[in-house]
Amino acid sequence: MKLTLVTGLTGLVLLATIVELLRRRQLREKYGMLWLGLLFVVIPLSLFPRLLDGVADLLGVASGVSLVLFLGIVFLLLVCIHLSWEVSALEEETRTLAEEFALLRAEVEADRMERAEWARHPDRTEMVSRDG
Amino acid sequence: MVNGKRLLIIIPALNEAASIGDVVGEIRGELPGVDVLVVDDGSTDHTAAVAAAAGARVARLPYNLGVGGAMRLGYRYAHDHDYDLAVQVDADGQHDPRYVPKLVDLLDDYDLVIGARFAGEGEYTVRGPRRWAMGMLSVVLSGLAGATLTDTTSGFRAANRRMIDMFARWYPVEYLGDTVETLVHAARRGYRIQQVPVAMRRRMAGTPSHSPAKAMIYLGRALAVLTLALIRR
Repeated sequence: MKLTLVTGLTGLVLLATIVELLRRRQLREKYGMLWLGLLFVVIPLSLFPRLLDGVADLLGVASGVSLVLFLGIVFLLLVCIHLSWEVSALEEETRTLAEEFALLRAEVEADRMERAEWARHPDRTEMVSRDG
Repeated sequence: MVNGKRLLIIIPALNEAASIGDVVGEIRGELPGVDVLVVDDGSTDHTAAVAAAAGARVARLPYNLGVGGAMRLGYRYAHDHDYDLAVQVDADGQHDPRYVPKLVDLLDDYDLVIGARFAGEGEYTVRGPRRWAMGMLSVVLSGLAGATLTDTTSGFRAANRRMIDMFARWYPVEYLGDTVETLVHAARRGYRIQQVPVAMRRRMAGTPSHSPAKAMIYLGRALAVLTLALIRR
């Protein structure tokens, strides 16, 4: 009974955390939904740990609790891979932005210098070419 | 202008304030009428200011991206400003600008020309695992490109318009991506690659690493990069 209390409370605290993060718009919906979906599986299991014993028996796993542990690790690994993938995509995006930004800054600075040159020698505009 | 074609020299630079001024100055002295673009890859010293004072155009990245990021930016610049040819040169002064015309001469018949260190000219040598790595890269890439490429990690390269168009869109930022992976990618897509023997000079600043442990790691990473490049689409 004590154990059920601990696991059940943990599940509920996690659920509250996710809902609160979503409510404050700190978490993108796609991740929020992922974790919420998971909690709807985990909370019943934490209250009734024997729920999966039948499935475990079918798969040749000694107890439902072991099966949950195994599935949990697989799930976390998948989430980690997904996050690495997301970070890679983000890095590619920030790289492109940085390059774009540097190009624009170079253009702006060249333009500014050209104007300064023109302000100093308005009569020599023809000579100040890009290939100068 | 070189042979009536617009040529851009691209120099990726990270904290090279000590040498960049001389490098830019020498290029402008040896190759009059050629534009020089220094891509400052997030330097914390005065690289950008020194390069600009020496007469180069400067594109400053807001933070360090690695050579690949700096190079794609350089080729993007060449593409946007309608250059016919682009030559990339290291900022440490080891590439002699007097070889640029030799590289560029081949760009009528080839898309990418590499200035190679081991092809007979100069006295650049390496030993141990680093040598094995370079040998392996050389064999595989020569086979892919259908040409003898002895120095696949050289950063001294000339590209024609066709190659600039590709590099402006695609240039990997990962380790060895700027050298090995670009070669694999280009060779597999039918771009013609050739090399020209060049003598390398001592770097004007900084020292190359010679630790055997590092050389072993280099070999491993080179193998990994090459394998990945080969199985990638």
